[in-house]
Amino acid sequence: MSKGKVVLKLANDISTDIIYPGRFMATVLPTETPQFAFADDKAFNQLLNEGGVPAGSFIVAGDNFGCGSSREQAASCIKGYDITVVARNFARIFLQNSINVGLQMIICPDINAAEGDELEVRENKVWNLASGESFDIQPLPAARQAIIDAGGLIPYTRKLMLERAGQAL
Amino acid sequence: MAMTYVQKLLARACDKDSVATGDILELPVHLAMSHENAALVINQFNEIYRGTSREPSVWDPDRIAIIFDHRVPAESSKTATNHKKTRGFVQQQGISKFHDVRGDVGGICHQILPENGYVRPGQILVGTDSHTTTHGALGAFAFGIGATEMAAVWALGSILNVEVPGTIKVVVNGQLPDGVYAKDLILHVIGTLSAEGANFKVIEFHGETISNLPTSGRLVLCNMSVEAGATAGVVPPDEETVRYLRDEAGVEGELELLAADTDAEYDRVVEIDAAQLGPQIACPHTVDNVKPIDGVKGKKINQIVVGSCTNGRLDDIEIVARTLRGKQVAEGTRLLVFPASWRIYTDAMDAGYLGDLIKAGAVVCNPGCGPCLGIHQGALGDDEVALATTNRNFKGRMGNPGAEVFLCSPAVAAASALSGVITDPREVN
Ligand code: SF4
Repeated sequence: MSKGKVVLKLANDISTDIIYPGRFMATVLPTETPQFAFADDKAFNQLLNEGGVPAGSFIVAGDNFGCGSSREQAASCIKGYDITVVARNFARIFLQNSINVGLQMIICPDINAAEGDELEVRENKVWNLASGESFDIQPLPAARQAIIDAGGLIPYTRKLMLERAGQAL
Repeated sequence: MAMTYVQKLLARACDKDSVATGDILELPVHLAMSHENAALVINQFNEIYRGTSREPSVWDPDRIAIIFDHRVPAESSKTATNHKKTRGFVQQQGISKFHDVRGDVGGICHQILPENGYVRPGQILVGTDSHTTTHGALGAFAFGIGATEMAAVWALGSILNVEVPGTIKVVVNGQLPDGVYAKDLILHVIGTLSAEGANFKVIEFHGETISNLPTSGRLVLCNMSVEAGATAGVVPPDEETVRYLRDEAGVEGELELLAADTDAEYDRVVEIDAAQLGPQIACPHTVDNVKPIDGVKGKKINQIVVGSCTNGRLDDIEIVARTLRGKQVAEGTRLLVFPASWRIYTDAMDAGYLGDLIKAGAVVCNPGCGPCLGIHQGALGDDEVALATTNRNFKGRMGNPGAEVFLCSPAVAAASALSGVITDPREVN
């Protein structure tokens, strides 16, 4: 399973205005949004854009990650770097958007990690290899997991649409 | 089994006798709304059809509404091109509820939907905007979704995997004192519940204060319910709902008015005595950082913004125009007013409010989202302080992470425009 370093540690109530500032909202395509991820955090945005964050890295946050606007760019911009977000919990629309676009996110109510710590995800737990502690992952409801298993909402809907129209793929 | 208003509505929508909190439902959608982000929805919608033998075709062009409001008129060639692409799609698919950049039919989506009679009690209404919760004011179950989810709605006509939410009942009794409004009430509720206190839940508003509140005020309550994390806010429909729909929105035909069972179970009940409330201010940088106005009175303000889908309605503009009539906006303070729709703009013009505002020194902007998200007009300078009747004060809102935004009612905004500092409207005559 995945292993990587915590590249950013965030507080509670991180809004989509912080993840993907409103002034970049005219940019919509998932292929183009990553350049503006965390644009107001100049150092981190630069690190991302210069390729300084390896795939499989983690962002760790507190409660209510992704609150605010429904902008899907906030999920697709992080997904572009193959970063996993581990938070104590997520705001509803952000959680659903992440599932829909395939952003890896982990609900981990007790997570405790600092920037630079190495994390590993296995056996339904997040292991902090720096402290030796492990934290339970809260599983998603089956209906949501099914969308992830299908590879996101687009392939999931494509299949459903064709089934309902009585056609095969 | 006893059910809340929303549980009853959901049971009716999916043809069941009852539903319980936590049930997962696929719901037929009555209305699917998007704004500029329709450009992304269209992209994802076409993706769904990729590699199949089917042509992309929406399930029902009369149940889709597209309103340009976030960046109107276009501030950049990128936005203009998104607008253009969306117009093409609207025409090709025959989408009927389309509101372009026009002075007759344009405005902010959350005002356009109610004022055109698109919203009805009992509807399942989804929108690619978090403040879609607004429409619960007319008894719809209305909530925000992302663009890919909307693409699936356009293809299937239903929204998948909706969890029946638990409900927080907010009961408000007593009369709101002079100078205190629905905005103060909802700021108080958000301060009480916290920014995540209603996550994955519905806020249902009850009590005599709500019964006496006109729809314009109910829209404010439901609009900002999402700032406590709520999936939806809702006022169960009543006589006022019918009055608004018939008289102001031109709705004809039968209306179905469901009611919560008196013995329905709630996750939490919050009781509020409206008579005890004073003006409330949400301080930077979270909406739940709410303080009674006494704690922030006298704070110097560079820019005051009146408008948005929260408080850009005729009664809001009236309060500000009456306060400013024959007076001047304080030196060193800018006042921007942006009505929520062109219909409101025209009504405010006919009533003389716009003249009052302009003569007092206000800048009246065209209807749209404008300064609310600061990407189009009305952005803030470094270290500047704004006082706004909008609904969000997150860092970076209004276009500058180095600025501060305080949120308030139109009455506080008006009183403060005269003095240039945060001012209690009860102390101004
Ligand atoms: S006015 Fe502001 S909050 Fe309302 S829809 Fe526009 S951007 Fe969103």
